[in-house]
Amino acid sequence: MTASSTKGAAKPASTRAKPANKAESAADWVDGRLGLYTLAKSNLRKIFPDHWSFMLGEICLYTFIIIILTGVYLTLFFNPSMGEVVYHGSYAPLDGIRMSEAYASTLRISFEVRGGLLIRQIHHWAAIVFVAAMLVHMMRVFFTGAFRKPREINWLFGFLLLFLGMFDGFMGYSLPDDLLSGTGVRFMEGAVLAVPLVGTYLQMFLYGGEFPGTDIVPRFFTIHVLLIPGIMLGLLVAHLILVFYHKHTQWAGPGKTEKNVVGMPLMPVYMAKAGGFFFLVFGIISACSAIATVNPIWAYGPYRPDQVSTDAQPDWYMGFSEGLIRIMPGWEIGLWGHTLNLGVFVPLMVFPLVLVAIAVYPFIESWVTGDKREHHILDRPRNAPVRTGLGAAWISLYLVLLIGGGNDLLATHLHLSLNDITYFVRVGFFVVPVITFFVTKRWCLGLQRRDKDKVLHGRETGVIKRLPHGEFVEVHAQLPAAKLHTYTAHEQPQPLELPAEFDENGVKRKVGVIAKTRAKLSQGFYGEGTQIPKPTAEEHHEITSGHGHH
Amino acid sequence: MSHDMSKDTLPESHDSHGTEVAAHGDPFADPGLPAHEPRRTDIDERAAQRAERQVSLLFILSMLSTVGFIASFVIFPIDKIVYIFPIGHVSALNFSLGLTLGVALFCIGAGAVHWARTLMSDHELPAERHAIEADDEVRADVIEQFKTGAAESGFGRRKMIRNTLIGSMALVPLSGVVLLRDLGPLPEDKLEHTGWDEATPAKPIQLINMNTNEPMKPEDITVGSLSFAKPEGLEEDAHDFQVQIAKDALMLVRIAPGDLKDKQSAELGFEGILAYSKICTHVGCPISLYEQQTHHALCPCHQSTFDLADGARVIFGPAGHPLPQLKITVDEKGFLVATGDFDEPVGPSYWERSR
Repeated sequence: MTASSTKGAAKPASTRAKPANKAESAADWVDGRLGLYTLAKSNLRKIFPDHWSFMLGEICLYTFIIIILTGVYLTLFFNPSMGEVVYHGSYAPLDGIRMSEAYASTLRISFEVRGGLLIRQIHHWAAIVFVAAMLVHMMRVFFTGAFRKPREINWLFGFLLLFLGMFDGFMGYSLPDDLLSGTGVRFMEGAVLAVPLVGTYLQMFLYGGEFPGTDIVPRFFTIHVLLIPGIMLGLLVAHLILVFYHKHTQWAGPGKTEKNVVGMPLMPVYMAKAGGFFFLVFGIISACSAIATVNPIWAYGPYRPDQVSTDAQPDWYMGFSEGLIRIMPGWEIGLWGHTLNLGVFVPLMVFPLVLVAIAVYPFIESWVTGDKREHHILDRPRNAPVRTGLGAAWISLYLVLLIGGGNDLLATHLHLSLNDITYFVRVGFFVVPVITFFVTKRWCLGLQRRDKDKVLHGRETGVIKRLPHGEFVEVHAQLPAAKLHTYTAHEQPQPLELPAEFDENGVKRKVGVIAKTRAKLSQGFYGEGTQIPKPTAEEHHEITSGHGHH
Repeated sequence: MSHDMSKDTLPESHDSHGTEVAAHGDPFADPGLPAHEPRRTDIDERAAQRAERQVSLLFILSMLSTVGFIASFVIFPIDKIVYIFPIGHVSALNFSLGLTLGVALFCIGAGAVHWARTLMSDHELPAERHAIEADDEVRADVIEQFKTGAAESGFGRRKMIRNTLIGSMALVPLSGVVLLRDLGPLPEDKLEHTGWDEATPAKPIQLINMNTNEPMKPEDITVGSLSFAKPEGLEEDAHDFQVQIAKDALMLVRIAPGDLKDKQSAELGFEGILAYSKICTHVGCPISLYEQQTHHALCPCHQSTFDLADGARVIFGPAGHPLPQLKITVDEKGFLVATGDFDEPVGPSYWERSR
């Protein structure tokens, strides 16, 4: 790399300094084969900005690694078979009970393999945290506008990771073949059967025959440990490469521009901080697994299609789909000797739609705003009131459905009527997101007003001054230049305008429905009532040029 | 109100050498990177040494904790249960392994982060971003290269090659689809039959109590109780027991004659004893909650509620149709028997199901 090779081997081809020590010569060796130095040149001291919310993605990465490590360990003991055995292991309450080998081997991991229970618990806890961290990370990216160009593709990679993570979680907790998870697998059978035309075929092919058959656990096992994690690993690597390639976004502030990134270098600061954070996450999850038992499959018993326990709940990330299925009225339509089971099929379709709605948002926003520029400075959520309102509405929908999914728990724990909760969720599904949108938008505007007030009048010092004529006023202190800049660094886009209805010759222009829709939406995003005009230099000058206190 | 801040939708330029602009009167101009403020450990060597000791202490704690992990693994028998306030009775092994591993890992992390925050440089540095988009020259060059490559392949010109290639590529995945055929059998009419379908009035099938594994007599079933049954001959150790019980499971109630609302349903029963499929018509959970005063049966999974006195009509929840009912009577020995299959397919609804 330092010099192109010259003819003949008599003279050394390189003017490179002799390696100072063994480590340097090893690095030289690797460089000669992999191009190590070129790779490290731009990355070893790569700058990352510092903010607590930038750690959320790291939690996802680390829990994913923990899941893979513990998952590999579990495969050494787990037997993904639905062959039946009579249990005679060390967990006495189930002695003599018939169960699948999958369930029996999970009992063995829990009660006979030393440390097996801990690893199982860490695996499950990490999965719970993994999906939660992905969702929160996604919300961070959403509310700060970090999904804007050039990061839309990485947003989609992230979304796919969330989607796949949820399903891999579902399959994972279905593997032990216990009474609770078996009920979830039965639910899936019903959902698949509800698909018009091909439902019964899909069900037979998926389960290898009638429910439950003996194929579903081994098939889930392969998908759970090989297929989905393989795809996720690829997406994860692509996700991280793009983070490195785009360089991280940053908050507005003094010295920070769209053209730079301000922060601390990977080596040593982020190697220590991010590397250390892996151990913090792993440590906390281990401690959780020691203290709080999750998914005690021995208490549920082996799966039998004619048995069930109350309070049957999926893991939290499947809760919103559970809500959909619980609140949907049982509509069945008879069609010429066929049945269209809308009561199950509609929730089955709305479930992905709820997720896709958030996934496509970046593309909708960029279309509505017509913004083709790169954005590396993050928006404060208050400065994008419509986006923030839409995001909050989406979260509220998600939470309403979670309530629907836990209606039985809420009813028994809070002594409420199960029917009332269900009716509330049916109405809330449509109403709560709308209310949330408007409340959040107003809230954002209020915060914008406060920022403007701070910029123009300074911050309250808490010092009360008595004026000569007896009036008491609070002394306001001017914000420092850095703060003034930070509070006014955001842009306030103007809505797209349709061309005038008549051109200069008085001929009516043709404006398509799409263009009209786009202009309307743009008006909704940036038109009247969507932002408080930023303070101007003149306003600031007028107020601060010493006409006393206002 | 001045509009000069919002004349267009382009962002204002962020100038890191903002002082110059500020001098011209823009109070909001970027003042540039703030000066570095030293931490205590930067200027006080004793504080730095204290931080060093703290970091090392955390790493030492981690080492001790790993020793504790190994010791716990050796010392605690796997079946030892201990009481730990306020968690309750837990496995001593799991508890000690989890905590020692947790502390060992956490202390490494805490040490590394503390090290980074106190002793490593905290100077914020700017780095330039590089354009992601290629410049026009590169773009033109790549497009030219592609055109050259495409022209040399003749892909566009030799239409026959192109079309047959597309055809072969479109067909070859079909082999993969065909290979999936043996994932499972075709549905045929499998979902329409249960283990009760061999019952006829001449050759009825006895109802076997799920708990006692004995045939049932009408007097075993009292008003207000919910009993579960399976067809005679279906044993738990049968190879297809799970598949059969997923369809055959039966629940029996006795309803006082005055409370029966549905005449047709009453006729399928025997002296007020009604036999319904236990499998919910929503998505197939077994129904197990019975409210004896109202004769309502509730599915614990999604709360579909059926009025068993009224032909198992759905009165609440997401289920789309009533529970199928099995016609029962008694045989010559006085045992409850079924004389035919359910009046309609059990379990969740599906496309081929005729109402």
